[in-house]
Amino acid sequence: MPTTLRLFAALVAAALAVPFVPHLIYPVFVMKVMCYGLFACAFNLLLGFTGLVSFAHAAFLGTAGYVTGALMIRLGSHPLGMPAAFLAGVLAAALAGLVIGGLAIRRRGISFAMITLALSQVVSFLAVQLRWTGGEDGLQGIPRGSLFGLVALSSDTAMYYLTLALFAAGFLFVYRVVHSPFGRILQAVRDNEARATSLGYETDRFKLIAFVLSAAVAGAAGALKALVFQLVSLNDVSLHTSTEVVLMTLLGGVGTLFGPLVGAALVVGLQNYLATLGDLVTVVIGLIFILCVSFFRRGVVGEMLHRAVPRRRPGAQARSRPAQAASPAEAA
Amino acid sequence: MPDITLQSALAQVTIGLIAGCFYAMLSMGLAIIFGLLNIINFTHGAQFMMAAFLAWIGLTQVGPWLGMPEFQIGFWPALLVAPLCVAALGMAVERLLLRRLSHLDHLYGLLLTFGVALVTEGLFRHAYGVSGQGYEPPESLQGPVDVGFMLLPKYRVFVVGASLLICLSTWYAFERTRLGAYLRAGTENPRLLQAFGINVPLMITLAYGFGVALAGLAGVLAAPIMQVTPLMGGSILNIVFAVVVIGGLGSILGAMVTGLGLGLVEGVTKVVYPEASTVVIFVIMALVLLLRPAGLFGREA
Repeated sequence: MPTTLRLFAALVAAALAVPFVPHLIYPVFVMKVMCYGLFACAFNLLLGFTGLVSFAHAAFLGTAGYVTGALMIRLGSHPLGMPAAFLAGVLAAALAGLVIGGLAIRRRGISFAMITLALSQVVSFLAVQLRWTGGEDGLQGIPRGSLFGLVALSSDTAMYYLTLALFAAGFLFVYRVVHSPFGRILQAVRDNEARATSLGYETDRFKLIAFVLSAAVAGAAGALKALVFQLVSLNDVSLHTSTEVVLMTLLGGVGTLFGPLVGAALVVGLQNYLATLGDLVTVVIGLIFILCVSFFRRGVVGEMLHRAVPRRRPGAQARSRPAQAASPAEAA
Repeated sequence: MPDITLQSALAQVTIGLIAGCFYAMLSMGLAIIFGLLNIINFTHGAQFMMAAFLAWIGLTQVGPWLGMPEFQIGFWPALLVAPLCVAALGMAVERLLLRRLSHLDHLYGLLLTFGVALVTEGLFRHAYGVSGQGYEPPESLQGPVDVGFMLLPKYRVFVVGASLLICLSTWYAFERTRLGAYLRAGTENPRLLQAFGINVPLMITLAYGFGVALAGLAGVLAAPIMQVTPLMGGSILNIVFAVVVIGGLGSILGAMVTGLGLGLVEGVTKVVYPEASTVVIFVIMALVLLLRPAGLFGREA
């Protein structure tokens, strides 16, 4: 079994124990970290392994959250309600990804990023205007329903294990994609798009598929988050959330599989820890952003891998790529 | 269609025109910065907000701070001082932080300016809260003015006139003068320009300062019209980003024409179908992206 999977198995095993030691580590906090960790993994599939910058990921998180939440409010008591609402949320996010990605993919670089940003504004605008999204109030008191009518999810422990299972499934899905021939093509597109084109790959099509996959996984995180916290708010679809996921990914290590998880844990932990500071939390997050971008671009996991794994191709990767940490990460 | 008089329709269109002036100034600043630094300046909204706040602080806070309740920095000095202060801060950030990233992927510059925006907005929120502060226009610009077919507030006429003047002279400077030729050459091939003996790093710093000063000017002009609040930058920047996408990234003419045009479209929509007025810009954006992905004035890459 590859090192990454063994490490992940150990991580999941440790997470299994969390509900038994609530005085040591609060399960709801871990659920939040898992939701945002999955979200950051989805984002990193695009930024780290495909080289695309998206500012629309909050739109996918939020779309799935709203769809799942609205469906649960209507058919939450049905035995199949929860799985159906979850799937519908994921599908809605994938669809939003298809539309936004399809429009943005026609431009490169910073234009691509700007188009995803502008289109995600449309989504947050719709979230305010549409009736079923609850406007300024968002959706509150979303029922968690049950798993096929067998396990009631109203208990935090049941919900915790469901979150852990879905989180692990999402992470393994991203792992599978990255380590598949398809993932290799994505990385080829990231490293040298012209070369990938000359090898006969329709790079735009691969980028679009990656975009939709990433949107779907971000959607899974959003649907999960709506169930765990039983609310969806405008903040979920805001530019703020889109940039937060960039920070998580950057802080943990772009293009590494564990980086986004570490980054999510750090940012969520920081927000919980500093909540009493009020508006100054934004200032602290902003300063971390600046420091991270200026001095610490490899991120925590990227830096660790950089030190642990001797570089196979010294100086090969142009240092200007956002996914600079990728090559040692693949060795792990 | 609601029953409307010509008067109120024209009033809405004027409001749209004023919004368009702000969009045009902000997106021109973004275009200039994008042209030379190749980054999207996410701090633009915060810089706009900061200038409006500096104007407000000059009018209402400075006197008490100095123990001289009578002392205030009025609108006219603020129109010069606030943009200069904001531009100076911006240039310091460019020199100290942005420059270090210029050889990296443009994503990093964008993220850094975003971090600076977070810090700025957070500090203002912490100091002044999110409720809006009022700002009175100077006495000489209060009251209505008769423009022939209707009465308009003097201040709004002034804003439209002033920002059109600023936009046109910026466009002229960039597209029709030797200085502008250098700047455009700098966006094409900075090393060659440097070989001709031009101090390109200084030029980049000054261009950044100028783009920021445009945002600052817009901020001071906006202070008497909008509520001065830490949130004002973020909310207008959302629309300005859409304007930039529609106009084409980095095109100065595109920024000006699209900004004004979309403000007008927004105003007209408010008359015809008020519910759609905020979404119309995004509908236009989606259409433009489908037909011309590079934007109306952008070059196909």
